[in-house]
Amino acid sequence: MDTLLNREAWQAIGLTLQLAACTTVILLILATPLAWWLSQTQSRWRAPIGAVVTLPLVLPPSVLGFYLLVAMGPHGPLGVVTQALGWGVLSFTFTGLLIGSVAFSLPFAVQPIQNAFEALGPRPMEVAATLRASPIDAFFSVALPLARPGFVTAAIMSFSHTVGEFGVVLMIGGNIPGQTRVVSTQIYGHVEAMEYAQAHGLAGGMLVFSFVVLLALSLMRKRVDKVLP
Amino acid sequence: MNAVMPAPDPFRLRMQWQRGDFQLKVDLALPATGITVLFGASGSGKTTLLRCVAGLERPADGLVSLGSDVWQDDAQGIFMPTWQRDLGYVFQEASLFEHLDVQRNLHFGLKRAHKPGAAEALARAIELLGIGHLLQRQPAKLSGGERQRVAMARALATQPRLLLLDEPLAALDWARRHEILPWLEKLRDELHMPMLYVTHAADELARLADHLVVLEQGAVKAEGAAQEVLARIESPVIVGEDAGVLLRGRVVQRDAQWHLAQIEFPGGVLWVRDSGIALGQQVRLRVLARDISLTVHETQGTSIQNHLPGRIEALVADVHPSQALVQIRCGESILLARVTQRAVSDLNLSVGAAIWAQVKSVAVMA
Repeated sequence: MDTLLNREAWQAIGLTLQLAACTTVILLILATPLAWWLSQTQSRWRAPIGAVVTLPLVLPPSVLGFYLLVAMGPHGPLGVVTQALGWGVLSFTFTGLLIGSVAFSLPFAVQPIQNAFEALGPRPMEVAATLRASPIDAFFSVALPLARPGFVTAAIMSFSHTVGEFGVVLMIGGNIPGQTRVVSTQIYGHVEAMEYAQAHGLAGGMLVFSFVVLLALSLMRKRVDKVLP
Repeated sequence: MNAVMPAPDPFRLRMQWQRGDFQLKVDLALPATGITVLFGASGSGKTTLLRCVAGLERPADGLVSLGSDVWQDDAQGIFMPTWQRDLGYVFQEASLFEHLDVQRNLHFGLKRAHKPGAAEALARAIELLGIGHLLQRQPAKLSGGERQRVAMARALATQPRLLLLDEPLAALDWARRHEILPWLEKLRDELHMPMLYVTHAADELARLADHLVVLEQGAVKAEGAAQEVLARIESPVIVGEDAGVLLRGRVVQRDAQWHLAQIEFPGGVLWVRDSGIALGQQVRLRVLARDISLTVHETQGTSIQNHLPGRIEALVADVHPSQALVQIRCGESILLARVTQRAVSDLNLSVGAAIWAQVKSVAVMA
């Protein structure tokens, strides 16, 4: 293993997992109210906002990465704010990478949760209201637990999608070891340097990881279906 | 049974509700005791009216008040959201929270209602609806009838001022309906909780209604005491095979040899099948128009046990051109009989004529 995965490789793996975990947590917090709003509202803003949320699904990652890079740069709107707050410029930092990952994986978190909320229909919330639950109370005590399968899917999809991203990372993260060099960019580096053995180690690991995630998801869905017919 | 109750607060309902072509417009003052049945065909606005009472829909120009509780009054700018209204709601289809077991479903409203005597109210609801053995089950493991009983107990446990039921039996088969109907009668007779009950089924109406509101295309077609509304002949609420009247009576005699019970009602006595009802018990009787035949003289030598003398109050054509509906006064009660037009002509039946009503069959509803 040592020959295949050296210290640098482990560093990249650690950073990848850290990025994916942070992205997942932030996405679940952001996506829940957004998905709820999208599933409930009849506002005319629903369609445009839904489209914006879905954009990263069809946009080339390099395009998204490019705009984020510009926005976070010293003269970009985000960059101006972060500098004014004394945080400096975020491009080519872990935080910058995190922002990019959150934006990039947003549809993977919002859509399963939104689908789960929509599948509930209005009835459970109405029942809760007739049993004295305020809207916020009913959201936490009824809608959230009933939509649990959607949250599990969202978490797994966000995590694995972040692990697999490449374009956005390359655009805004660069390839700084220990800071922004994740597994996918590390593989790219190895291939460029003709280090195929090292590339194989990481690429094989990614392949197995992705397969296990998808397998787990499909097995879990079956179990959920059995419990909730 | 309602005689012992204190004078009820009036229950006011006034509203206007529009969606597309459909308009619901009502202005009602209902008794706040017993079961008021909202009756009508599908699409007549029954469920919408119930949802407006609950605050699940927001009607225009609305006034919804139960005594001193004002839930909506647009004149004063009051609209209380559903969760602040002291009501229980039983939906048409199973509406239990699938992520909670029966016990937790029952506690959901109870612990939010913050009322004294909650534990007793819950124990009573569990006992009344016979669901004590289901408490640890998940809703997915319950039958349709059990689910509806749990949903009713869950609503009752909050001790609401008003219980709203939206066709609670419609999704159930015949056997399940007849499993639940006695529980509903028990709720009416033992809890004295005012209920608004939506249905389009004539048998539920006959068994449960104290008061009746008939809706047609969003407007009130008839309204009043169930007994009185059902005996109306000029615009019968229930037409066809199910047309008939409701009578209230008391068991005065039981004939053990022939398994019959005698019921006294304001207008005479009727022998009915003895289904084990106690002497002195109050019962409702449903007598269908198709089960009454008329004779000009009291007949001898007939197998029919019940003969009631009366006088014809009104005569109208029935749905089918061969038939007529006859309204008969027996003492203080009204009966409806369906006979052929030829019989009307042959027997010279006319308003004011003295006749005998032969009652072939009576449904007894405790």
